[in-house]
Amino acid sequence: MTDQASRGKISREEVVHIASLARLGLDDGELDAFTRELGAILDHASTVAEIDLRDVSPMSHPIALSNVLRDDVLDECLELEDLQSNAPDFFEGKFRVPKILDEP
Amino acid sequence: MTSTQRTSFPRQGVRETAIAVKTRFQSASDVLSDCLEEIARCEDKIHAFNLVLDNQARQRASEIDDLIARGIDPGPLAGVPVALKDNICTREIATTCSSKMLERWIPPYNATVVAKLQDAGAVIVGKTNMDEFAMGSSTENSAFGPTRNPCNLDYVPGGSSGGSAASVAAGFVCCALGSDTGGSIRQPASLCGVVGVKPTYGRVSRYGLIAFASSLDQIGPLCVNVGDAALICEVIGGYDPRDSTSIDEPFSGLLDSCDKGVDGIRVGVVTELLAPASPDVQAAFTKCTDKLAAIGAKVDEISIPELSYGLAAYYLIAPAEASSNLARYDGVRYGLRVAGQDVESMMRATRSAGFGPEVKRRIMLGTYALSSGYYDAYYGQAQRVRTLITKAFGRAYESFDVLLSPTSPTVAFGFGAKQDPLDMYNSDIATIASNLAGHPAMSVPFGLGANNLPVGVQVMAPTLGEAVMFQVGAQIEGLAQ
Repeated sequence: MTDQASRGKISREEVVHIASLARLGLDDGELDAFTRELGAILDHASTVAEIDLRDVSPMSHPIALSNVLRDDVLDECLELEDLQSNAPDFFEGKFRVPKILDEP
Repeated sequence: MTSTQRTSFPRQGVRETAIAVKTRFQSASDVLSDCLEEIARCEDKIHAFNLVLDNQARQRASEIDDLIARGIDPGPLAGVPVALKDNICTREIATTCSSKMLERWIPPYNATVVAKLQDAGAVIVGKTNMDEFAMGSSTENSAFGPTRNPCNLDYVPGGSSGGSAASVAAGFVCCALGSDTGGSIRQPASLCGVVGVKPTYGRVSRYGLIAFASSLDQIGPLCVNVGDAALICEVIGGYDPRDSTSIDEPFSGLLDSCDKGVDGIRVGVVTELLAPASPDVQAAFTKCTDKLAAIGAKVDEISIPELSYGLAAYYLIAPAEASSNLARYDGVRYGLRVAGQDVESMMRATRSAGFGPEVKRRIMLGTYALSSGYYDAYYGQAQRVRTLITKAFGRAYESFDVLLSPTSPTVAFGFGAKQDPLDMYNSDIATIASNLAGHPAMSVPFGLGANNLPVGVQVMAPTLGEAVMFQVGAQIEGLAQ
């Protein structure tokens, strides 16, 4: 268990950082509310962080999953028009987005 | 009589309706007209639907009537009006998840369960309101306004499948599908006084169910009686190559299980799940277990202390998976886009405008639980608790055939009554363990609690244990009469 987890709280700076990782723009009011609410939820969650479970293996899924593969045969698939009609900006068969890199 | 008192009641069940249609006692078109009239009369007060498919449904009902006129059996759900939670994809019909993010999205394909319902002769009447992206326990988190409980309009219907539960309780449809990630079928079923079933994880294909927490999500029915729910499970269940977590096991004979009685069946009352319930809920629940014992069930208490970690583990695992699943809503391929200078500000603007507060809260929580430095302490530890709970259930099922608890610790609560997120999360205290373990569980109405609002009894069973679950559920239903 890390020191951060044992503290169980989250600072406003951490909330700002997490929001940037999650690509959420939060206003001051939201940042204040989330700092308070996430702190309380993480406090509650720390009951889990405190149990000694070193000998218990983690479970990611209810079903023991092995690789699920299908035969390599052609199946129905979506038409380009289906994608186009739902796309915010579709140009020459591609999804168009605002610039990704700064001009050199 | 005040305006909030009950004015709408459940209609006849799935099987009765299908028989009436098949024997030409009533046409599918007449059944549908009844439903649409009831919707026209009460929907503005209840708001169960995001969308009512008036024309498509009428056309479909008339197709069913044509088949019958030509002597062709339309299937076990001939002319049965059903509603779908608005996170189940319907081809060329809006599927919004009650979110601004998907308000204008039109799925280009049907979920497997939709195709199966249609192949069985069902008539899809509409898409039901829900907590945004299925995150919530009251349907107050819908971006399109809350649903009201048909039993009493001053109270929430529960959630997140609140619109589905309300559509059945109000008699708008015979049956609705919901999805259950931590209790989202069972809890609203309990609060609205209808039957709700979460099958074993993998029993019902998730193809076309918009993902919330992929290792927990499962589709299931909400119905007016237990036998109907068994039939719907048989129709929508089964192996689907399009869902890589689909179980290849037969899913039949459930309806037959409903007539088997409970003589000698070992019923365990889980003390950790009964204790948090309010006195009125406990009283109704105890009456149920007393009556079960009187008809031959072997009822005993069992303590499963590991379950007390369930809520905390769930509220790390579900948000972690949600933060990953909802990363796809970035304004690039489909859904809302809000303009921005560069791609990152476009994504940030889109997600900030498209998601409501609870969805943002869970994305934040999940992103935090998965971030480096915290992963082991929170997410990793929660996954270990999941193992702990599953093993504890396994030990309990050595001594018991089914486990029982109240579905919800309280009857329906008022709008705005649970402002504190943790308070709201506590609504799921008895339901989440089954999701963590992947087990089947159902809620059956049993009596009334505070304010004359319905109480639900939860029947839990081990993996693939639906037969015994329905066996006990059907008897509880009989005892409630």
